[in-house]
Amino acid sequence: MSVLPSSVVASLDDILLRHRHQATELLQILIQAQQIEGWLPAATLTHIAAALGLPRARVEGVAGFYSFLYTQPVGRYRVLFSDNITDRMLGNAELLDALCRKLWIEPGHLSEDGLVSVTTTSCTGLCDQGPAMLVNGRAIGQLSHRRINEIAELIRQQRPLELWPAEYFQIDDNIRRRDALLGLDMPPGAALQAAVARGRDGWLAEMQASNLRGRGGAGFATAVKWASAKNAPGAPKVIVCNADEGEPGTFKDRVLLNSFADLVFEGMSLAAWAVGASQGFLYLRGEYRYLLPQLEAVLARRRAAGLLGTGILGQAGFDFDIAIHLGAGAYVCGEESALIESLEGKRGTPRIRPPFPVTKGYLGRPTVVNNVETLAKTCLIALGGGEAFAATGTAQSAGTKLLSISGDCAMPGIYEYPFGVPISRVLEDCGASDTQAVQVGGASGICLAGYEFHRRIAYEDVPTAGAFMIFDGTRDLFDVARAFVHFFAHESCGFCTPCRVGTSLLKGFMDKLADGHGAQADLADIDWLDRLLKNASHCGLGSAAPNPVIDTLQKFRPAYERRLVSLDFEPAFDLDAALAEARQLTGRDDSGAHLKTHEEDEK
Amino acid sequence: MNSPSPRKLRVATASLAGCFGCHMSFLDIDEHLFELVELIEFDRSPLTDIKDVGPCDIGLIEGGVCNAENVHVLREFRRNCKTLIALGACAVNGGLPAQRNHIPLAECLREVYQFRDGVANGQIPNDPELPLPLDKVRPIHEVVRVDYFIPGCPPSGPAIWKFLTDLLAGRTPRLSGGLLHYD
Repeated sequence: MSVLPSSVVASLDDILLRHRHQATELLQILIQAQQIEGWLPAATLTHIAAALGLPRARVEGVAGFYSFLYTQPVGRYRVLFSDNITDRMLGNAELLDALCRKLWIEPGHLSEDGLVSVTTTSCTGLCDQGPAMLVNGRAIGQLSHRRINEIAELIRQQRPLELWPAEYFQIDDNIRRRDALLGLDMPPGAALQAAVARGRDGWLAEMQASNLRGRGGAGFATAVKWASAKNAPGAPKVIVCNADEGEPGTFKDRVLLNSFADLVFEGMSLAAWAVGASQGFLYLRGEYRYLLPQLEAVLARRRAAGLLGTGILGQAGFDFDIAIHLGAGAYVCGEESALIESLEGKRGTPRIRPPFPVTKGYLGRPTVVNNVETLAKTCLIALGGGEAFAATGTAQSAGTKLLSISGDCAMPGIYEYPFGVPISRVLEDCGASDTQAVQVGGASGICLAGYEFHRRIAYEDVPTAGAFMIFDGTRDLFDVARAFVHFFAHESCGFCTPCRVGTSLLKGFMDKLADGHGAQADLADIDWLDRLLKNASHCGLGSAAPNPVIDTLQKFRPAYERRLVSLDFEPAFDLDAALAEARQLTGRDDSGAHLKTHEEDEK
Repeated sequence: MNSPSPRKLRVATASLAGCFGCHMSFLDIDEHLFELVELIEFDRSPLTDIKDVGPCDIGLIEGGVCNAENVHVLREFRRNCKTLIALGACAVNGGLPAQRNHIPLAECLREVYQFRDGVANGQIPNDPELPLPLDKVRPIHEVVRVDYFIPGCPPSGPAIWKFLTDLLAGRTPRLSGGLLHYD
């Protein structure tokens, strides 16, 4: 085992000290430790394990779980192309190839001089300004051949990232339609003041009257969640803002955190007031790390204004503060119990529920986990009252919804609509034409075909966390479904067999069809796998994984059928080619040394 | 009116890249063999020494697919058997023989025929009588469509008996509990 240089040891010890040698901080410690050398050498993991008193396997297990933690060198420039279907539609594969050619490297392999590696990553939440990439964690959008040429040159010159043109890192909000939330101009603290004036119970009653439901997609009643945590025994209680916006095609939280961070943090404080919580976490996905400095600045400003800390707004006993925890590239951490595991410094494996986090969450304490948008919405309720909020939207879906619109349309971006808006209206507003399909709710959501565009965005019809990806008549919906299947296979946490194996098998079948080996029998097997994933998986990732295939098989079946080369069965590989090596080794080329690919040919 | 006694079902069996352990386990159904022969008759099988498969109701395949001959036999079974069953771990997953899959074929063959201790001037056999090995050992469902899978190394006699009696009685075969439990 290599010995760590003393300077590295000093940096590590400094990081460990800042995190008070807490094992719950392991993920944060690893993220920071990785900054030292750009990756996590074995000796670094050993040092951290010893310092935290953790088994080394536990530390390596965490380091191996998260996509953005590297236990192998990845180069001084780590380039990750966002690989959502919307990036693919904008030509990310061609750009990735172009960059690799210019840098003389193979995709996925570190250059021989250890300078650079280029590969893909899951959706980075820049679908409205793709194709996008992350360079050493910094987001760059609107990639073009010109920009790729410039980036190749900057890397070759080994120019530090800080000296790259600032416009590369310019991320636009692209807000196209404002309604109640995005149109709100609220001085920080106003909503909190209103809620405090109502008292804790009065404020919770307003929340109950509002009928606010979770904006993360599941639509659980927020007030019920808050009341459960309030009434649960155990302290100190915890408020978590789930900003692990990993659902492909979703980027509304990016915009809220970029330009409405005060509303989000105020919402967390409002939740803390109702629940009686004293500790808050914002769990920020690693892809949005570039937002960290400005978010920390907002927190500092709110602390200085007496909106965080002890005795908030002069209320004795209203003590609440917020810490930001970074994720490191794991979609499954958007699931609330996996997120809590991650907050505790572990692998993001979803827990068995019940018990639900409201009774046993972070470190076994009552914990409220709310979506970014949900929390921001609570400011509207505090300011305008629950009844007024409940009067907007539809009967079962009060208020507005932010839609993250991307794909084939003239004006991708953020659109805020009252619940109940029909798909057709949204398509018209964003300038979509010849629309073949819309994927609502991201990879795990629902694929709507043209005959369903009269349907409405609402929990009672088409529920969504906000992703809205548009595919026009030129797109092949099989490719769309296959991209999502690849996504789920990559993001499966590996804990339960149905999901770990099932997503991988499903990927195998989709690739078999894509490679021109498809057969009718595969469609039957895909059906069977869809059911298995849906019914046997441990968490929502596995049970949602077949959704894109189920929907497209039902609504765009010809896209699959045209790929079939046999109406019965077809191997996924070329049998004669499988004998080639043996032919070469034996020098044989007689008829017995060959196999026909199709059985009928050899009868 | 007397209904005619039901036709006996024709059953064929073969071992491809297997060890005949599944066939031995099949024989382990012991006295059930007497009941079985009342219900079935064997076509091609190591038990009958019939060389080619004729039209059958049920085909049982032990072992994975490791060479060209395996492919021919398996395809012949698929053509002739209404129901084709993967019997045991090797047929289901490739099993033990598939452990060579992470070693390049050339390395495997050279190690055995050229470099092994005691081998002098050895060469890789090239007689056309010998079937050529595939680059990888495959489970049978990667080469033909398979209707049922009986896991186990080997599946126990009772598991095979349960499976066959289900099939003969017209029930969708289903193994559960102890019949799927291995120590």
